[in-house]
Amino acid sequence: MAYKWDFGLIFSYANFWAKGLGITLAYSVGTVLGGLIIGVICGMLLLYKRKWLTLPIHFYVELFRCTPLLVQIVWFYYALPIVLAVELPAWLAAGLGLTLYMGSFSTEIFRGGIISIDKGQWQAARALGMTNGEMMRHIILPQAIKRMVPPFVNQSIIQLKNTSLLYVVAVPDLMYTGSIVVSDTFRPLEVYTSVAAMYFAILYPLTLWASRMEAKVDQ
Amino acid sequence: MTNNGTPGGDVMVRVEGLRKSYGTVEAVRGVSLDVHRGQVVVVIGPSGCGKSTFLRCINLLETPSAGTLRVGDRTIDFGAGHTMPRGRDLARFRARIGMVFQQFDLFPHMTALGNVMSGPVIVKKMRESEAETIARDLLAKVGLANFTARFPRELSGGQQQRVAIARAMAMEPELMLFDEVTSALDPELVGEVLDVMKELALEGTTMIVVTHEMAFARDVADHVVVMDAGQVVEQGAAADVLLQPKNPRTASFLSRFHSTIGERKA
Ligand SMILES: Nc1ncnc2c1ncn2[C@@H]1O[C@H](COP(=O)(O)OP(=O)(O)O)[C@@H](O)[C@H]1O
Ligand SMILES: [Mg+2]
Repeated sequence: MAYKWDFGLIFSYANFWAKGLGITLAYSVGTVLGGLIIGVICGMLLLYKRKWLTLPIHFYVELFRCTPLLVQIVWFYYALPIVLAVELPAWLAAGLGLTLYMGSFSTEIFRGGIISIDKGQWQAARALGMTNGEMMRHIILPQAIKRMVPPFVNQSIIQLKNTSLLYVVAVPDLMYTGSIVVSDTFRPLEVYTSVAAMYFAILYPLTLWASRMEAKVDQ
Repeated sequence: MTNNGTPGGDVMVRVEGLRKSYGTVEAVRGVSLDVHRGQVVVVIGPSGCGKSTFLRCINLLETPSAGTLRVGDRTIDFGAGHTMPRGRDLARFRARIGMVFQQFDLFPHMTALGNVMSGPVIVKKMRESEAETIARDLLAKVGLANFTARFPRELSGGQQQRVAIARAMAMEPELMLFDEVTSALDPELVGEVLDVMKELALEGTTMIVVTHEMAFARDVADHVVVMDAGQVVEQGAAADVLLQPKNPRTASFLSRFHSTIGERKA
């Protein structure tokens, strides 16, 4: 009467899985890099205390931090094409949503890292005669980046998990691949267990590495 | 030292009618002061009277609200209708003035040597080898020849402050500003920092020193300025101001220090 596990079936879809895994990783890396670029640019711009510049950036950041990512992805897929009056392929809509989401968190991480540097460092650099650029490059950023790395790595790990939401717009990532294999094999237990195991196999070492690095930066 | 401070000599710094407001608080309310080349001016006064703000206005870490400032051959007017130097111009102005702070503010990601080299290398674009020679000499001069490879966190407060002085001196400034540089130190470490400052004074460095070390003021200052509530209430030769103050506010402020001033006769 006990359930008879059968993982053999799962392995016969190896090519499928590899492709799904590849898409999950590609979206993770791509949207994290895109988000990093947005974060650096927006975070830098926030340092210029001009209202016309900071207000729209704060609006963007709060908008993406305070709405669920699932809603954003669905909105980008179904609503944005209507707003722009262009057809947006699913892979692009979803990628855009994920990137902007990562960007909003990266902006806060970047800004937070910069403003966490003691005001004495800024005044000492200025008193020596450094320009803003020299001060940023040689004094502030070297110290701030060290503090930005742990939260950024943590956010990237969360981002990898979030790519599973690609499922809702039928981008064939790891999660969506799982659903296809299920409809083929009618083995949800084995399939979704395997999906979870694959995420775990990637995320657990990353998480371990991140907390080790965090401890190193703290000391 | 007093012979360096003869009035009519080469005026290095001229401050006229300097004011600085933070919102509704007016921290500096019309201060005028001449500092001659090679002169040591000590600024004293109760906490919150505007000493730091005054000092920070001189190297433009704060933007004065009104008044005129001349350092060397550069004159700047402040207030409505005048524009502050900005960008590279502002940076160049500051590069000629050294400043040492109460909290040392060394760069924690650089060694003592790296800290002292930072100005020449980053600001003056000097070759590393050349800057290193200068930095090693300066660190030796402040008694830290054997500590060049240490990071700030591996140094005592007194050692850190001496590195900070060397860092400022590496820019070969025309003027040095000291803002209560011994106030954050354990009492036993104050002397080593004051000794370095005395040596700089003897070499003819032009200095404006904010301090509560009255014995230092008595022994080293050519000119003492007493501030209260954002204004200069009395100034003159150290011996006159410290020992025979004319202004009752100076007298009451100094009464707290009289044991220090009298303890070692000049
Ligand atoms: N950044 C600032 N913003 C607002 N008020 C300030 C600021 N800096 C100093 N003040 C005020 O200006 C006055 C003078 O301060 P300060 O120059 O630090 O005095 P001192 O160095 O003599 O103790 C104080 O009332 C202080 O509260
Ligand atoms: Mg002060």
